[in-house]
Amino acid sequence: MSIELKDWPLWEVFVRSKQGLEHKHCGSLHASDAAHALEAARDVYTRRQEGVSIWVVESKKITASNPDDKGELFDPAADKIYRHPTFYEIPEEVGHM
Amino acid sequence: MYTQSFSVSDEPGKQQKPVLSTESAEQMAKFDARIDADGRIEPQDWMPEAYRKTLVRQISQHAHSEIVGMLPEGNWISRAPSLKRKAILIAKVQDEGGHGLYLYSAAETLGTGRDKMLDDLHSGKAKYSSIFNYPTLNWADVGVIGWLVDGAAIMNQVPLCRCSYGPYARAMVRVCKEESFHQRQGYEGLLVMMQGTEAQKAMVQDAVNRLWWKCLAMFGPPDADSPNSALGMRWGIKRVSNDDLRQKFIDATVPQAKVLGVTLPDPDLKWNEERGHYDYGQIDWNEFWETVNGNGPCNKERLSTRVKAHNDGAWVREAANAHARKQQQRQIKEAA
Repeated sequence: MSIELKDWPLWEVFVRSKQGLEHKHCGSLHASDAAHALEAARDVYTRRQEGVSIWVVESKKITASNPDDKGELFDPAADKIYRHPTFYEIPEEVGHM
Repeated sequence: MYTQSFSVSDEPGKQQKPVLSTESAEQMAKFDARIDADGRIEPQDWMPEAYRKTLVRQISQHAHSEIVGMLPEGNWISRAPSLKRKAILIAKVQDEGGHGLYLYSAAETLGTGRDKMLDDLHSGKAKYSSIFNYPTLNWADVGVIGWLVDGAAIMNQVPLCRCSYGPYARAMVRVCKEESFHQRQGYEGLLVMMQGTEAQKAMVQDAVNRLWWKCLAMFGPPDADSPNSALGMRWGIKRVSNDDLRQKFIDATVPQAKVLGVTLPDPDLKWNEERGHYDYGQIDWNEFWETVNGNGPCNKERLSTRVKAHNDGAWVREAANAHARKQQQRQIKEAA
């Protein structure tokens, strides 16, 4: 029986570059299980101290928004400029606010 | 390392058919508008089939080149002249493997499985950079690969960091950060040899003589003979033309060769005041195509080494799977 890579699920890798920063997506890899994925992620994505912490999650477990829904999801925020501080005019003498 | 600055057809001889789009004009117009605005395309976005196919071919060829590129240098790990050089070479070869993995994962986002890509490489259907089908005959070849082959690759890869396909561009950013180490370690290794004995200096010159023209060919055929380039440019997959990249590489390399104290083996190489560039001689494109099409000095050896490594690793893949299954069952049992 020949085992192919497809029998190793795909994992998404997230790396925290330093303490205090968020984990950031950096790529994906195939691995047989979570522990294996962590080890592989360490070798593939942190060979030069790019990280202090790694998350791996099976790609199929990620639910993503559909690009076709982009308008529906994100456009409603476009005309709500009053949500931004620059919408409000404050007299100069007030200084920084 | 290492892309060839072009994406050769994996089926030589077969005419590339112009793709007549069956796709809706509206989707196509939206796609074109995004490209024109220098926007990025992400995996789930709509894209024309030809764009997808071109990218899969180019990214997988690039990935294959990284993986096969481990072989000529890997040859020298056990024969490195010092522990320091050995550690450096291991790190570099490991990087090449890593680059291959970044790229395979980028290509997979386009819907082509890793196994399919590996099958195409192993069956000889898919191409990889022609430069790896030449032998590495002496230790200086390792230095020259770093200096010139990686140097040529950097010229190619830096513009790819702005490629219109997001996952490819992001993989290239990562790759380019690491390439600089590859080029510098090679050049520095050669500098050390050039301060050595006459025999060592001769080794460096010999390696440069053998590899110089092959490196120039890495940039791909002249623009006039690269019919696919125009579409690649249109789609933001390719940002700078083959000839422009080649010229940039030559202009950058001539002064480096002078500092190193080697001669570049081209009698026609000279500064052209008017153009503000170096002129250079004719590249042997027949030899290039012979090598791309499988008849270079090491094509068979490289491919069979690669296939053997994959087959020999089958038990590892199998064992990892068996272990994962066992762990899973143990967890289920403990939970019960």
